[in-house]
Amino acid sequence: MSKELIRLSDCTMAFDQNVVLHNINLSINDQEFLTLLGPSGCGKTTMLRIIGGFQQPTSGDVYFDGVRINDVPPYKRTINTVFQKYALFTHLNVFENVAFGLKLQRPNGKKIDKEEINERVMEMLRVVSLKGFEKRSVSTLSGGQQQRVAIARALVNRPKVLLLDEPLGALDMRLRKDMQNELKRIQQMTGITFVYVTHDQEEALAMSDTVVVIEAGIIQQIGTPQHIYDEPQNAFVADFIGESNIVDGIMLSDNVVEIFGRKFQCIDSGFETNEPVDVVIRPEDIEIVPVENGMLTGTVINITFRGVLYDIIVDFAGYKWLIQTTALSPVGTRLGMRIQPEGIHIMKKSQFSGMFGDYSSYSVEYDEIGDAEHEVEIDPDAEDV
Amino acid sequence: MKAKYFAYPYVLWMAVFVVAPIFLVVYYAFITRDGTFTLANFSAMGRYTSVFARSFWLSAIATVICIIIGYPISYILAKENVRVQRIMIMLIMLPMWMNFLLRTYAWMSILENTGLLNRFLRFIGLPALRIINTQTAVIIGMVYNFVPFMILPIYSVIVKIDRSVIEAAQDLGASNSKVLTKLVIPLSLPGVLSGITMVFVPGVSTFVISQLLGGGKEMLLGDLIELQFLGAAYNPHLGSSISLVMMIIVVVFMYIMNRFGEGEESVML
Repeated sequence: MSKELIRLSDCTMAFDQNVVLHNINLSINDQEFLTLLGPSGCGKTTMLRIIGGFQQPTSGDVYFDGVRINDVPPYKRTINTVFQKYALFTHLNVFENVAFGLKLQRPNGKKIDKEEINERVMEMLRVVSLKGFEKRSVSTLSGGQQQRVAIARALVNRPKVLLLDEPLGALDMRLRKDMQNELKRIQQMTGITFVYVTHDQEEALAMSDTVVVIEAGIIQQIGTPQHIYDEPQNAFVADFIGESNIVDGIMLSDNVVEIFGRKFQCIDSGFETNEPVDVVIRPEDIEIVPVENGMLTGTVINITFRGVLYDIIVDFAGYKWLIQTTALSPVGTRLGMRIQPEGIHIMKKSQFSGMFGDYSSYSVEYDEIGDAEHEVEIDPDAEDV
Repeated sequence: MKAKYFAYPYVLWMAVFVVAPIFLVVYYAFITRDGTFTLANFSAMGRYTSVFARSFWLSAIATVICIIIGYPISYILAKENVRVQRIMIMLIMLPMWMNFLLRTYAWMSILENTGLLNRFLRFIGLPALRIINTQTAVIIGMVYNFVPFMILPIYSVIVKIDRSVIEAAQDLGASNSKVLTKLVIPLSLPGVLSGITMVFVPGVSTFVISQLLGGGKEMLLGDLIELQFLGAAYNPHLGSSISLVMMIIVVVFMYIMNRFGEGEESVML
């Protein structure tokens, strides 16, 4: 267990009457890769800006290495940021961009000498695979290369913590995957704590040691990617992370839940007798069996080929289930399904219950459509320079 | 492709009122009164070297003062909120909607020996200043008239600097003063360059200001040229050759500026 580096304690953030963060408590460990995950406007970027020092929480405290840093301006924090839109200095070349921070540093009250700056910049350009680009103007670089310059520019200062605000948002799919691996590699190599903001759940699961799921300014769940996926805290997390079937159930007793009038074995306990609950069943946990062996039976109504798998939609008792399977069952086929006790996850009812309807997966596109006005709303300083 | 027909009136306008006069100037500059080719007009200009020097010198001083006044105003303005910015820009532009002569006459009555300024100085017990009919008065007049042309281009460049770029600099350890010197000033240089062009060029050829505020004693290029066409010294051939030389100097100057500016620009984009 490594030691705690950053702690947000009861942080609340409000712009005018608009509260965007409610009593956030979060602890970030040294050398951790922690991801703040949530839809746009959930408050994740605001959390990052509070850690970076660009915004001060309306109430609550921020601690760095045990010291309260609420009033420490960004340039005095040993934290560096990779900005969403790169924010490179267009009047400087690649080398000068990366060297910018080093030239400003005064360890022991003296400038860092030229030799060392040169060495460290070249070393960092090698780390981000941009050797030979040092004389290039940043405006001639591709999006991915600009992103690497932004990362090198931040890392060359050897910060304790690197904050990354949706750094891969503007890149295309392939490049994103490459850069995900690259970032993970850099993080492991340097041992620097990464705090990563994204709305892409796949990205979060693939890269993080710890995922923090945020919605409506409240932390919904904190855990390892595995834990968040397997044991979602509530319907929002279940829906946002991966694809899921979320149905109403009643907890009859420990380890027994009733769904659509049938009893299912599960491995969850600790609920009240007859307590209404949300039940999550992942599409890959549903086993297709002949009708006579099925716990539920239904008709295939839609099939989508996904490469390795088929997504099939089956109507069981009026609820449309999403099942992922390698075996093709044509539309109209009647089939049965079985679910192992480990495939059933019971969640307490929450404000998110019933919000997601039949088989649901969070739509990034929808998120982006609904995005524009929200961003403006949470950024009251947008007018200023 | 139809759209290009809309440009024809403009092309015609340019041909008649811009290109043709330039040819006329060139033509007149190289002939005598009887219409034979000569270079005498240029050799006659030697007498006016001091006028050339004075014009460029005063215009340069006015330009420098415009930068000193205009840059901080632009910088502060760009940091204000949008509403304040809009009002301030209006106020800066407002005097330009008034007649140029009127504004210059107003400065006469301010700077006169018994004008507003000296009456005020006397009121608070200070000795009067002799400003009217000096080079100082001419410079004041130029700065007053041209400073908006310095403020607007600088302001429009600074206001476009992305907030996140400034935050990035702060994040990398730049204090507020470092943000200004390492980031805002270099990034706004193109605005300063176009401001310099827009102040310096009209400054060189100004003539009303020097006549009204300088008392006509310190002749500038504009006055000299006017004298050749409209004044007692009537000699359009000499006037044309002076105009031509001035034009060439200005074009060379602008070319050098733009080369310098392009270097910046290519890094900018």
